[in-house]
Amino acid sequence: MDFQTVDWAASLLAILPEILLTILAVVVLALDAIWPESRRRKLGVITALALFGIALIMLIFSAPPEGELADQLLLGGMIRYDILTQIFRTMVLIASALTCLISVDFARLGRRGEYYALIIIATIGASLMSASADLIMAFVALETTSISLYMLAGFLRGDERSAESGLKYFLFGAFASAIMLYGLSLLYGFTGQTNIYLLAEGLTSGRIGDLPVLVAMIMIAVGFGFKVSVVPFHFWTPDVYEGAPTPITAYISVASKAASFALLMRFFMAVFPSYDAVWVQMLAVSSALTMTLGNVLALAQKNIKRMLAYSSIAQAGYALMGVVAISAQNGAGMAAVTFYMFMYTLTNLGAFGVVVLTSRATGSEAIADMAGLSRRSPALALAMTVPLLSLGGIPPAAGFFGKFFLFNAAVDANFVWLALVGVINAIVALYYYLMVVKVMYVDRSADEEKPIAISASYRWALALSAFGILFLGVIASPVYNWALEAGRGLLF
Amino acid sequence: MEPTVFVPTDLYVMLSAVMFVMGAMGVLLRRNAIIIFMSVELMLNSANLALVAFARQWGQVDGQVFVFFVMTVAAAEVAVGLALIVAIFRARKSINIDEMHEMKG
Repeated sequence: MDFQTVDWAASLLAILPEILLTILAVVVLALDAIWPESRRRKLGVITALALFGIALIMLIFSAPPEGELADQLLLGGMIRYDILTQIFRTMVLIASALTCLISVDFARLGRRGEYYALIIIATIGASLMSASADLIMAFVALETTSISLYMLAGFLRGDERSAESGLKYFLFGAFASAIMLYGLSLLYGFTGQTNIYLLAEGLTSGRIGDLPVLVAMIMIAVGFGFKVSVVPFHFWTPDVYEGAPTPITAYISVASKAASFALLMRFFMAVFPSYDAVWVQMLAVSSALTMTLGNVLALAQKNIKRMLAYSSIAQAGYALMGVVAISAQNGAGMAAVTFYMFMYTLTNLGAFGVVVLTSRATGSEAIADMAGLSRRSPALALAMTVPLLSLGGIPPAAGFFGKFFLFNAAVDANFVWLALVGVINAIVALYYYLMVVKVMYVDRSADEEKPIAISASYRWALALSAFGILFLGVIASPVYNWALEAGRGLLF
Repeated sequence: MEPTVFVPTDLYVMLSAVMFVMGAMGVLLRRNAIIIFMSVELMLNSANLALVAFARQWGQVDGQVFVFFVMTVAAAEVAVGLALIVAIFRARKSINIDEMHEMKG
C-alpha cells in the first residue's frame, strides 16, 4: 500500500474539523480573558453555535475521498477518512454542542472559558479517535479525550464529590490506558508496523505464535472495555457519573463512548480479522453480562444520575451486541452500532439536560424529588419522557429502531441466544425507565405550584434532542443507510 | 565505535514485562493515591522500554517516535493527576483511596 506521499489538499480537508476546533478553543479562551464577567455567560451559546457550524461545514465541504483504502489513508497513514469517520464526527460534534447548551445555567462552574475550551479539546480527541488508523494516533487521540475529561469530571471547585469523581476516573483511566499501551507496544514489536492496516499482514505471516497475539489483544480489549464501560471494567462508572458536573456526565456517556466504539470497531476489524473466533466470543459474553448487570443494578437506584449511569452500562452492552455481529461480514452489525450510538447521543443528552434543570430547581438528584414535574413544567416532563421511552426502546422513539437493528444483526450473525438475552433485558429495563415517568406524572409533591423556568439555550437543546429522537424513530432509513455505508466501508 | 556487547531484544522485553507486572501490582495492592499513580507511570515506562527495544530490533524510528508521544502524554497526565490529588487532599486531609466513599450504591 502506498500512502506515504502526502496529498496536502486532501489531508488538510480531512482534518478540517480538528483545525477549526483548535481555532475555536483558542478563541474561546481569548474571549474569556477579554470579556467582562457579565458577558461570559454567552460563551456557552457561542461555542455551541460554532460547534454546530463546524459540523455543517464538514458535512458540506469535506466529503470523504472515494475509492480504495489507500486513497482514504491520509497524512502518511495516520488517519483514515471514510464515512464511518464522518458519521461519528457528526455525532461527537452534536454531542459537544448540546453539552455546551445544557451547561449555560449550571452553577458553580467557575471559569467558564476554561470549561468550554476543555470540552472543545475533548471533542478534538474524540473526533480524531474516530479517524485514527495508526497506533500512535489512536493512543494520542484517546489520551487527549481522557485527560480533558479527567479535568472536567473534577471541575467543581470545593465540591468533594466532584474531586473524588475526577480522581477515580483518572486513576482507573490511566491504569487502563497503561495496559492498553503495553498491548500496542507488543503489536508494534510483533510486526514493526504502526499502521493498523499493515499490522494485520504482519500478524498473519506466521512468524508470531497465537498466544502472544492473544495476550496483546486482551490487553487492548481491556483499554477499550474501560472506555466504553463494559463488564468487568464498569466499576468506575457509577461514582464518576454521579460526582461529575451533570453536563460532563452526559458528555462522557455519549461522546467519549461513541468515539471509543468507532475506534474499537475499526481496530478489531483491521488488526485481528484472523482471530475473530476468539474476540467475537469474548465480546458476546461481555455484552450479555454488561446488559444484565447494568439493568439489574439500575433497578435499585434512588439517584437519577446513578440510575442513568447504570442504564448507560446496560446500553453499552446492547451496542456491543452489534460489534459481536461483525462476524456476519455484511456491515449490518457496524451499521446497527453506529445508528444506536447516534440515537443514544440525542437521547442521553436530552435526559441529562432535564436532570440539570430539575436538580437545580429541587436542589436534589433523587428520583423521588421529580414528583409532580408534569404539573410544575409539562414541557420539561415531556422532554424527559421522550428520552426515557427511547432508552426503553418503545416506539415511536428512536430507541425502538436502535434495538431492532441490533437484535436483527445479532440474529443474522447466528447469535440468537445473545439477542434473546437482549430482549429479556430490554423488558426488565422498561420497569425503571417507566418508574421515572410514573413519578413525574402521577406522584404528587408540595411544590406543584412553583413552575420551573427554562432558559432559551435549554429550550433549544431539549427540543433538538426530543425532535431528533422522534424523527429517527419515525424515519430511521436516512441515518441507517448512512451507517450501513459506513459499515460496508470497513469490510474490504 | 561498534558496541562490543549486543544485548538481545528478548532481555529488554523481559525486563519491561517485569516492570509492567510490578506497576500493575502496585496499582492493585497499594492504597495511597500517589503511589498508585507512580505505579501507573512505571507501567507506561515499561511500555516505552519495550517500544525502544523493538524499534532497535526492526531498525526503524517509529517505535522511538511513539515513545516521545507517550512521554508527552504522561507529562500531561502528571499535571492533571497531581492537581486532582491536591484537590482531594485539601478537602479531606488524606489521599487514601479506601477513604473515598462519598458516593455509594
